[in-house]
Amino acid sequence: MTAQPTLYWEDVAVGMEIPPLHKCTSHMQLVKYAGAEEDWAEFHVNDAYAKSIGLPGAIDHGLIKAAFLGQLLTDWIGVEGSIRKLGCQYRRMTFPGDPMVCRGKVTNKYVQDGEHCVELEIWTENSGGEVTTPGHATVVLPTKDVLTRMY
Amino acid sequence: MVQQSVITEEMRNVIGVESEPYCYEVDKNGIRKFAEAIGDPNPLWTDEVYARKTHYGGIIASPSFITTVDRRQKEGYHQGGRPYKRPYERGLHGSDEWEFFEPLRPGDTITARRRIVDFYERQGKTGPLLFTVSEAVYYNQLGQLVAKHRTSGIGYPG
Repeated sequence: MTAQPTLYWEDVAVGMEIPPLHKCTSHMQLVKYAGAEEDWAEFHVNDAYAKSIGLPGAIDHGLIKAAFLGQLLTDWIGVEGSIRKLGCQYRRMTFPGDPMVCRGKVTNKYVQDGEHCVELEIWTENSGGEVTTPGHATVVLPTKDVLTRMY
Repeated sequence: MVQQSVITEEMRNVIGVESEPYCYEVDKNGIRKFAEAIGDPNPLWTDEVYARKTHYGGIIASPSFITTVDRRQKEGYHQGGRPYKRPYERGLHGSDEWEFFEPLRPGDTITARRRIVDFYERQGKTGPLLFTVSEAVYYNQLGQLVAKHRTSGIGYPG
Protein backbone atom coordinates (compact mmCIF):
# COMPACT_ATOMS: atom_id res chain seq x y z
CA MET A 1 0.00 0.00 0.00
CA THR A 2 1.52 3.32 -1.04
CA ALA A 3 1.88 5.96 1.64
CA GLN A 4 -0.92 8.49 1.47
CA PRO A 5 -0.20 12.17 2.16
CA THR A 6 -1.33 13.34 5.60
CA LEU A 7 -4.84 14.76 5.69
CA TYR A 8 -4.78 17.98 7.70
CA TRP A 9 -7.76 19.73 9.28
CA GLU A 10 -6.96 22.74 7.10
CA ASP A 11 -7.41 20.61 3.96
CA VAL A 12 -11.04 19.93 4.81
CA ALA A 13 -13.92 22.15 3.74
CA VAL A 14 -17.50 21.99 4.92
CA GLY A 15 -19.63 20.55 2.16
CA MET A 16 -16.91 18.47 0.57
CA GLU A 17 -17.61 14.83 -0.20
CA ILE A 18 -15.01 12.29 0.83
CA PRO A 19 -13.80 9.51 -1.49
CA PRO A 20 -16.51 6.84 -1.67
CA LEU A 21 -15.89 3.20 -0.74
CA HIS A 22 -17.46 0.48 -2.90
CA LYS A 23 -18.39 -2.82 -1.30
CA CYS A 24 -20.36 -5.88 -2.30
CA THR A 25 -20.83 -8.64 0.24
CA SER A 26 -21.06 -12.31 -0.65
CA HIS A 27 -22.41 -15.29 1.26
CA MET A 28 -18.81 -16.34 1.96
CA GLN A 29 -17.97 -12.88 3.26
CA LEU A 30 -20.89 -13.01 5.68
CA VAL A 31 -19.68 -16.41 6.89
CA LYS A 32 -16.18 -14.98 7.43
CA TYR A 33 -17.65 -11.94 9.16
CA ALA A 34 -19.84 -14.13 11.38
CA GLY A 35 -16.71 -15.99 12.43
CA ALA A 36 -14.59 -12.89 12.96
CA GLU A 37 -17.34 -11.10 14.86
CA GLU A 38 -18.64 -14.29 16.51
CA ASP A 39 -22.17 -13.34 15.48
CA TRP A 40 -23.84 -16.67 14.82
CA ALA A 41 -27.33 -15.42 13.98
CA GLU A 42 -28.42 -17.90 11.34
CA PHE A 43 -30.38 -15.50 9.17
CA HIS A 44 -27.08 -13.97 8.02
CA VAL A 45 -25.51 -17.18 6.77
CA ASN A 46 -28.39 -19.51 5.92
CA ASP A 47 -30.56 -18.35 3.03
CA ALA A 48 -33.25 -21.03 3.54
CA TYR A 49 -33.52 -20.29 7.25
CA ALA A 50 -33.78 -16.57 6.59
CA LYS A 51 -36.69 -17.18 4.21
CA SER A 52 -38.36 -19.49 6.72
CA ILE A 53 -38.59 -16.61 9.19
CA GLY A 54 -40.04 -14.23 6.65
CA LEU A 55 -36.93 -12.48 5.37
CA PRO A 56 -36.31 -12.17 1.61
CA GLY A 57 -33.11 -14.22 2.05
CA ALA A 58 -29.91 -14.05 4.07
CA ILE A 59 -29.24 -10.42 4.97
CA ASP A 60 -26.04 -8.49 5.64
CA HIS A 61 -25.14 -7.92 9.27
CA GLY A 62 -25.91 -4.38 10.34
CA LEU A 63 -22.51 -4.30 11.96
CA ILE A 64 -20.66 -5.13 8.76
CA LYS A 65 -22.13 -1.96 7.29
CA ALA A 66 -20.98 -0.03 10.34
CA ALA A 67 -17.53 -1.54 9.78
CA PHE A 68 -17.63 -0.47 6.12
CA LEU A 69 -18.47 3.06 7.25
CA GLY A 70 -15.54 2.84 9.66
CA GLN A 71 -13.28 1.88 6.78
CA LEU A 72 -14.69 4.74 4.69
CA LEU A 73 -13.41 7.06 7.41
CA THR A 74 -10.07 5.41 8.22
CA ASP A 75 -9.22 5.26 4.50
CA TRP A 76 -9.86 9.01 4.28
CA ILE A 77 -8.21 10.22 7.48
CA GLY A 78 -5.10 8.05 7.21
CA VAL A 79 -2.90 6.99 10.08
CA GLU A 80 -2.55 10.50 11.55
CA GLY A 81 -6.29 10.98 12.03
CA SER A 82 -8.63 9.18 14.39
CA ILE A 83 -12.32 8.50 14.61
CA ARG A 84 -13.84 10.02 17.74
CA LYS A 85 -17.51 9.17 17.09
CA LEU A 86 -19.36 6.95 14.70
CA GLY A 87 -23.08 6.28 14.65
CA CYS A 88 -25.52 4.75 12.20
CA GLN A 89 -29.02 3.36 11.83
CA TYR A 90 -29.81 0.16 9.97
CA ARG A 91 -32.82 1.46 8.11
CA ARG A 92 -32.97 -0.94 5.17
CA MET A 93 -31.91 -4.52 4.79
CA THR A 94 -29.14 -5.24 2.34
CA PHE A 95 -28.22 -8.52 0.72
CA PRO A 96 -25.13 -10.41 -0.42
CA GLY A 97 -24.45 -9.82 -4.10
CA ASP A 98 -26.01 -6.35 -4.13
CA PRO A 99 -23.28 -3.75 -4.59
CA MET A 100 -23.26 -0.91 -2.11
CA VAL A 101 -21.35 2.32 -1.86
CA CYS A 102 -20.32 4.13 1.32
CA ARG A 103 -20.29 7.91 1.13
CA GLY A 104 -19.54 10.83 3.39
CA LYS A 105 -19.96 14.58 3.39
CA VAL A 106 -18.34 17.10 5.73
CA THR A 107 -20.95 19.01 7.72
CA ASN A 108 -18.88 20.94 10.25
CA LYS A 109 -15.33 21.63 11.42
CA TYR A 110 -14.17 23.18 14.67
CA VAL A 111 -11.50 23.14 17.36
CA GLN A 112 -12.51 21.87 20.78
CA ASP A 113 -10.24 21.25 23.77
CA GLY A 114 -7.26 21.57 21.46
CA GLU A 115 -8.55 18.90 19.07
CA HIS A 116 -9.22 19.73 15.44
CA CYS A 117 -12.53 18.06 14.70
CA VAL A 118 -14.52 17.38 11.56
CA GLU A 119 -18.11 16.20 11.56
CA LEU A 120 -19.55 14.23 8.69
CA GLU A 121 -22.76 12.77 7.48
CA ILE A 122 -22.01 9.22 6.33
CA TRP A 123 -24.19 6.59 4.72
CA THR A 124 -24.39 3.44 2.63
CA GLU A 125 -26.43 3.27 -0.57
CA ASN A 126 -27.62 0.13 -2.31
CA SER A 127 -27.47 -0.47 -6.07
CA GLY A 128 -30.80 1.32 -6.42
CA GLY A 129 -29.32 4.47 -4.89
CA GLU A 130 -31.43 4.12 -1.72
CA VAL A 131 -29.81 5.13 1.54
CA THR A 132 -29.69 1.97 3.61
CA THR A 133 -27.54 2.97 6.60
CA PRO A 134 -27.61 6.69 7.41
CA GLY A 135 -25.06 7.84 9.96
CA HIS A 136 -22.76 10.49 11.33
CA ALA A 137 -19.17 10.69 12.47
CA THR A 138 -16.65 12.94 14.14
CA VAL A 139 -12.98 12.59 13.28
CA VAL A 140 -9.94 14.32 14.76
CA LEU A 141 -7.25 15.43 12.35
CA PRO A 142 -3.73 16.81 12.67
CA THR A 143 -3.29 20.52 12.14
CA LYS A 144 -0.73 22.45 10.12
CA ASP A 145 -0.85 25.13 12.83
CA VAL A 146 2.65 24.95 14.34
CA LEU A 147 1.74 27.01 17.42
CA THR A 148 -1.05 24.58 18.35
CA ARG A 149 1.26 21.62 17.90
CA MET A 150 3.88 23.05 20.24
CA TYR A 151 1.60 22.98 23.28
CA MET B 1 -57.46 -0.97 18.33
CA VAL B 2 -54.70 0.14 20.72
CA GLN B 3 -51.86 -2.38 20.94
CA GLN B 4 -51.35 -3.65 24.50
CA SER B 5 -47.89 -2.74 25.83
CA VAL B 6 -45.50 -5.68 26.08
CA ILE B 7 -43.16 -3.91 28.50
CA THR B 8 -43.48 -5.83 31.77
CA GLU B 9 -42.50 -4.84 35.28
CA GLU B 10 -39.71 -7.41 35.08
CA MET B 11 -38.32 -5.48 32.09
CA ARG B 12 -38.72 -2.09 33.78
CA ASN B 13 -36.79 -3.39 36.78
CA VAL B 14 -33.83 -4.20 34.54
CA ILE B 15 -33.44 -0.62 33.30
CA GLY B 16 -30.23 0.89 34.61
CA VAL B 17 -29.00 -2.38 36.12
CA GLU B 18 -25.39 -2.95 35.12
CA SER B 19 -24.44 -6.34 33.70
CA GLU B 20 -21.67 -8.46 35.09
CA PRO B 21 -18.41 -7.31 33.52
CA TYR B 22 -17.28 -9.32 30.52
CA CYS B 23 -13.80 -9.45 29.05
CA TYR B 24 -12.17 -9.84 25.68
CA GLU B 25 -8.49 -10.55 25.09
CA VAL B 26 -7.31 -8.75 21.99
CA ASP B 27 -4.83 -10.53 19.76
CA LYS B 28 -3.30 -10.01 16.32
CA ASN B 29 -5.14 -12.94 14.75
CA GLY B 30 -8.52 -11.63 15.82
CA ILE B 31 -7.67 -8.18 14.53
CA ARG B 32 -6.46 -9.64 11.22
CA LYS B 33 -9.46 -11.93 10.72
CA PHE B 34 -11.83 -9.05 11.32
CA ALA B 35 -9.98 -6.83 8.85
CA GLU B 36 -9.98 -9.60 6.25
CA ALA B 37 -13.66 -10.31 6.81
CA ILE B 38 -14.62 -6.72 6.10
CA GLY B 39 -12.17 -6.50 3.20
CA ASP B 40 -10.09 -3.69 4.70
CA PRO B 41 -6.47 -3.93 3.47
CA ASN B 42 -5.16 -1.14 5.74
CA PRO B 43 -1.73 -2.42 6.92
CA LEU B 44 -2.17 -0.72 10.30
CA TRP B 45 -4.39 -3.66 11.28
CA THR B 46 -2.13 -6.44 9.96
CA ASP B 47 1.46 -5.40 9.13
CA GLU B 48 3.65 -5.01 12.22
CA VAL B 49 6.61 -3.62 10.23
CA TYR B 50 4.40 -0.89 8.80
CA ALA B 51 2.54 -0.28 12.06
CA ARG B 52 5.75 0.19 14.09
CA LYS B 53 6.71 3.13 11.88
CA THR B 54 3.49 4.93 12.78
CA HIS B 55 2.84 6.88 15.97
CA TYR B 56 0.89 3.86 17.24
CA GLY B 57 4.13 1.90 17.47
CA GLY B 58 2.51 -1.37 16.40
CA ILE B 59 -0.61 -3.07 15.10
CA ILE B 60 -3.92 -1.78 16.44
CA ALA B 61 -7.46 -2.95 15.83
CA SER B 62 -9.70 -1.11 13.40
CA PRO B 63 -12.21 0.98 15.41
CA SER B 64 -15.14 -1.27 14.44
CA PHE B 65 -13.38 -4.20 16.06
CA ILE B 66 -14.81 -3.06 19.41
CA THR B 67 -18.00 -4.95 18.52
CA THR B 68 -16.26 -8.30 19.00
CA VAL B 69 -15.94 -7.55 22.71
CA ASP B 70 -19.71 -7.76 23.12
CA ARG B 71 -19.78 -11.41 22.05
CA ARG B 72 -18.25 -12.21 25.42
CA GLN B 73 -21.29 -10.97 27.31
CA LYS B 74 -22.77 -13.72 29.44
CA GLU B 75 -26.28 -15.00 28.78
CA GLY B 76 -25.55 -14.74 25.04
CA TYR B 77 -27.10 -11.30 25.06
CA HIS B 78 -26.54 -10.77 21.36
CA GLN B 79 -28.02 -14.16 20.57
CA GLY B 80 -31.21 -13.20 22.37
CA GLY B 81 -30.33 -14.05 25.94
CA ARG B 82 -31.72 -11.55 28.41
CA PRO B 83 -32.19 -11.21 32.16
CA TYR B 84 -35.96 -11.07 31.53
CA LYS B 85 -38.50 -12.88 29.41
CA ARG B 86 -38.41 -11.41 25.91
CA PRO B 87 -41.88 -10.56 24.61
CA TYR B 88 -41.00 -11.10 20.93
CA GLU B 89 -39.06 -13.91 19.26
CA ARG B 90 -37.55 -12.04 16.36
CA GLY B 91 -35.00 -9.28 16.45
CA LEU B 92 -33.16 -6.95 14.14
CA HIS B 93 -30.37 -4.52 14.80
CA GLY B 94 -31.62 -0.94 14.98
CA SER B 95 -28.72 1.41 15.48
CA ASP B 96 -25.28 1.94 16.98
CA GLU B 97 -23.28 4.87 18.28
CA TRP B 98 -19.70 4.62 19.44
CA GLU B 99 -17.30 7.06 20.98
CA PHE B 100 -13.64 6.03 20.72
CA PHE B 101 -10.92 7.14 23.11
CA GLU B 102 -8.02 4.68 22.89
CA PRO B 103 -7.07 2.09 20.28
CA LEU B 104 -7.29 -1.62 21.04
CA ARG B 105 -3.84 -3.22 20.95
CA PRO B 106 -2.79 -6.88 20.80
CA GLY B 107 -2.35 -8.08 24.35
CA ASP B 108 -5.04 -5.76 25.75
CA THR B 109 -7.76 -7.18 27.95
CA ILE B 110 -10.91 -5.18 27.45
CA THR B 111 -13.49 -5.22 30.25
CA ALA B 112 -17.00 -4.11 29.39
CA ARG B 113 -20.17 -3.43 31.33
CA ARG B 114 -23.56 -3.01 29.70
CA ARG B 115 -26.91 -1.82 30.94
CA ILE B 116 -30.30 -1.48 29.36
CA VAL B 117 -31.34 2.16 29.47
CA ASP B 118 -34.74 2.19 27.79
CA PHE B 119 -37.57 0.23 26.25
CA TYR B 120 -40.08 1.84 23.92
CA GLU B 121 -42.72 0.67 21.49
CA ARG B 122 -43.70 1.79 18.02
CA GLN B 123 -46.23 0.62 15.50
CA GLY B 124 -44.32 -0.49 12.40
CA LYS B 125 -45.65 -1.15 8.89
CA THR B 126 -46.12 -4.84 9.61
CA GLY B 127 -46.99 -4.75 13.30
CA PRO B 128 -45.76 -3.82 16.76
CA LEU B 129 -42.08 -3.10 17.39
CA LEU B 130 -40.21 -3.09 20.70
CA PHE B 131 -37.00 -1.06 20.86
CA THR B 132 -34.43 -2.03 23.49
CA VAL B 133 -31.68 0.52 24.07
CA SER B 134 -28.50 -0.39 25.92
CA GLU B 135 -25.20 1.32 26.68
CA ALA B 136 -21.77 -0.08 27.41
CA VAL B 137 -18.40 1.21 28.59
CA TYR B 138 -15.12 -0.51 27.74
CA TYR B 139 -11.87 -0.25 29.72
CA ASN B 140 -8.47 -1.75 29.04
CA GLN B 141 -6.16 -3.35 31.59
CA LEU B 142 -4.45 0.01 32.21
CA GLY B 143 -7.73 1.41 33.46
CA GLN B 144 -8.16 3.59 30.36
CA LEU B 145 -11.60 4.16 28.96
CA VAL B 146 -11.28 2.88 25.41
CA ALA B 147 -14.82 3.28 24.12
CA LYS B 148 -18.48 3.89 24.86
CA HIS B 149 -21.40 2.36 23.01
CA ARG B 150 -25.12 2.91 22.68
CA THR B 151 -27.20 0.50 20.65
CA SER B 152 -30.81 -0.31 19.89
CA GLY B 153 -32.36 -3.61 18.94
CA ILE B 154 -35.81 -4.03 17.43
CA GLY B 155 -37.96 -6.94 18.57
CA TYR B 156 -41.04 -8.05 16.66
CA PRO B 157 -43.47 -10.97 16.75
CA GLY B 158 -42.50 -14.13 14.89
